[in-house]
Parts: sequence; structure tokens; C-alpha cells
Amino acid sequence: MREVAVIGVGMTKFGELWNTNLRSLFVEAALKALKDAGVDRLDSMYVGCMTSGLFAHQEHLGALMADYLGQKHLPAYRIESACASGGLAFRLGFIEVASGMSDIVLVGGVEKMHTGADVTDALSTASDSEYEAFLGITFPGLYAMIANAYMHKYRIPYKEFREKLAHVAVKNHEHGSKNPNAQFRMKITVDTVLNSTLVADPLRLMDCSPVTDGAACVVLAPVEIAKKLGKPVVKVIGSGAATSAIALAQRDDIAWLDVVEAAAKRAYDMDKITPKDIDLVELHDCFTIAEVCVLEALGFYEPGGAINAAYNGDTYIGGKLPVNTSGGLKAKGHPVGATGVAQIVEIVEQLRGNAGERQVKGAKRGLAQNMGGSGASSVVHILEVE
Amino acid sequence: MLTPRVYTEIPQRYRLEANKCKACGKVFFPPRLVCTCGSQDFEPYRLPTRGKIVTYTVVRTPGFVFKLQKPIVLAIVELEDGTRIMAQVTDLPPVVEDYSEIIKIGAEVELVFRKIFSEQEAGIHVYGYKCRLI
Repeated sequence: MREVAVIGVGMTKFGELWNTNLRSLFVEAALKALKDAGVDRLDSMYVGCMTSGLFAHQEHLGALMADYLGQKHLPAYRIESACASGGLAFRLGFIEVASGMSDIVLVGGVEKMHTGADVTDALSTASDSEYEAFLGITFPGLYAMIANAYMHKYRIPYKEFREKLAHVAVKNHEHGSKNPNAQFRMKITVDTVLNSTLVADPLRLMDCSPVTDGAACVVLAPVEIAKKLGKPVVKVIGSGAATSAIALAQRDDIAWLDVVEAAAKRAYDMDKITPKDIDLVELHDCFTIAEVCVLEALGFYEPGGAINAAYNGDTYIGGKLPVNTSGGLKAKGHPVGATGVAQIVEIVEQLRGNAGERQVKGAKRGLAQNMGGSGASSVVHILEVE
Repeated sequence: MLTPRVYTEIPQRYRLEANKCKACGKVFFPPRLVCTCGSQDFEPYRLPTRGKIVTYTVVRTPGFVFKLQKPIVLAIVELEDGTRIMAQVTDLPPVVEDYSEIIKIGAEVELVFRKIFSEQEAGIHVYGYKCRLI
């Protein structure tokens, strides 16, 4: 297997982009990534997208995006794993370059969610449609069930639990305020979260990632090509993916994301990495409780311990393990199919030392964790700068 | 029209038909064709109707199908045989100030037959199971 590097990154601004369509979002991010990479050809392309069919009445994204990127006859693949589509697309691009089949591969993710579709209904297709969505459960509802199970399992009093969860959103907005591409750049307080409207008890509006339009792209190449480009070489040293029960009721422990643990183990084991070797993390905080559960499943905290991470300041930029320096899904925004690739963009910017106000000093290794559904699929990548 | 999406699930929704692996005894709801132990040898099995709430939530912002019913309360219920299913919690008072006062993790419930929603423009009622506090 060849060593693989990320040689170019690019993303659109994330937000309510009413005047831009699906294809333009993708092409804008792709052109930025290609310019950053400085390459003049592509061997293949992956497009991560969850549900453009429901949101924008458009499928067949491989062909559409290759066509509008001006890449006639390019092999192009559309990858779907709900909100982990982008991360999974990145993994497949990595595998293609590592295998020697292709040298220069573009991996992008895109979602256009502001199109008039019922977003709650469209997203619910990532659950077990016949035995979950059928009953009226929503994604905030599924994660609210995880939150209640967590609170009960670790015997945390409601008021304390609620306040500590709010700190996750406060921290991610603090980080997002430093990111020019973030959907929400305002800082918030614990009171902002606790006074926001209830969405699914105990989760409130400010516990939830927003509805977002956006795209992100990266270019992958073998390390020997990356070394000729005169930029810091950011290598992919770990890649792991896993799946688990689609329905939340059928997980062994509702407060434990076994899928994240399984994907992370595969990524860590590729290069004998342990959580201690990681300098920063971009993870899938679709809801505040998800950040807590993911930190535990990745091995950074003991079970029941990560509820204190943001509250204690550990996960702020400058803390012992900065998490979601981009603002995370909460503040940067969550265009579902693009999120996994946007996480890679942030890690690469950080490892190159280009993250401006958000820069984590001396960052050598970053981990990106992307998740689909209520924890039915997950993808973990570890990147290292030479 | 009652679409195939709905009517093919009637044995599960009307009669709680699960299946049980003949090799290892594991129960699946909905029924499966292959067990986690690898066996493909199953027998029909009907779920018990009593159980306890494992976790729950109150959905304040459902999708358009459930807009008129909001808020809706949903729970994951562990039935007497250990099988877990998700179900709406029904027969609650029309106005509830604080749901955590009346719904607790560990509370006993029983499954009941109820209308779930009305299908799209034709308005055909779609039925299934819900649970109520005992």
C-alpha cells in the first residue's frame, strides 16, 4: 500500500446559500482544492452526498459534478452513508490512491439543504425508516434518547447534565467565531442554550447543528508526488470505518457509540497510534450529546467522563485536547454530505499552520470522526504533518 | 393508496410478529433472514406486550406527517423477554407541563394498537403499536 497525502483543500462558505445551487457549490469547492493542490489533471473523483434526491430532486451526482467541473470522461463515484457520506468518500479516495490504481483523486462532499424540502423528514431517512421514522422520531429525538440514557446510566442530576451539555455548544460557537467560513460566527453563553426552545427533551435548539448549504473538497496524491509540491506534506496515517445496528433500540448500550469505537480502533491500529498521540480532533457534534459520546468512544475520556470536557475547558483551543476548532457542526454548519470532507479541510489547515486565529500551536497529528445516523456508521481518519 | 411501504409491515405492526433463531434463541423484531450467529433457521415468534422504558424523548418538532400530533412522546421499550422496540407513548394527558414528572426510565408500559398517522393526501389511516404507562 502506498503512502497517501492530502495535497489540496477547499470549501465554500457554509450557511443559508439561497442563491447558489447544488452543482455550483461543489464546483466552487473543487476549483479551490485543485488550485491549492496545483495539479493539472485528475484520475478520478468521489462525491459524498446524503440525499440530494430528496433535497434538490437530483441524483447521479458523479456524472453531474464531473461534467460541471469540466472533466470529460472522468470516473466519478457518488458515496452515501447518511451524514458520514463525506468521510466515507474520503476513505475510498484514500484507498484508491493507496492501491496504486490512481495518482490524483478529488474527494468532495456537498449538500444543499435550503431548497424548500421538509428537512426533518428528509434527514429521518438515515434512521430505520420502517421502525423509527415511521413512528415520528426525528434526529434530534434519537440523540435526545441517547442523552436521557447517558444521564441515567451515569446518574448525573438533570440540572448539572443540562448545564454541562450547554458548554459543548458554547465552546463550539467560540471556535466558530474565529472561522470565516462558519455559518454562525456569534458567541453564545450557557444561558443562550438553556433558554433556547425545546426541540426534543432534553435537547434544545442550541444543542442542535443547523440546516446548512455547503461543499468541501480535498485532493489526494501519493506522498512522493506531494513532496515535489513545496508545501508541508500532510499524510493520511490512519483510516477506519465501521457500521452498527441501524435502529437505536437494537444497540447493546444506547449511551455508547460502539460504531465509533470500532472505526477508531481500525484507524489507530494502522500506525500504532493511541489517543495520547493526537493534538486536535474534528468530530461529529450533530448534537451536543454526540460530542460527549464520541470523545468517550474515541478513547479520549473514560465512559461518563467526557460530559466534563468542555465544562472544564479541556476541549477549547489552548486546552489539552482542542475539539472542533472549526466551530464543529454546531457553529460551522452541517451540510450533511459535506461535513466529513470539511472536517479533513480543517485538520489539514491546522497541520499546515494555516488556521489563523484558530491555530492549535505545534499541531502534528489530527483526528477526524464523521458519523451517520444515530451511530449506525462512522469513519475515522488520522492525519500527520511531516 | 395504502402503499407497499406500509402494508408489507402489517404482520409486525398489527400482530407484533418477530422471529426467533432456532440455533441460538435470539429474537429479532423486525424479523430477519440471517442471525448474528450465522444461522438462517428461524421460527415465528410473537412479542410479549409488557415492558419497561429504557429511554425516551418528547419530540416537539416532528416532520410534516406528525405536525398535527405534536408534541409526540417516544420511548425505547425493553419487553419482558428482553427484546427492545421503539414506540410512541400514548394515552397521555392532552397538556403536560413537565413530562419528566410522569415518564420515567424504568416505568412499566404495555403495547396497544393505535392509529399512527394518515397516509399523505388520500388520508388512509396507518395503524400499528404504541405503548401506554401502566
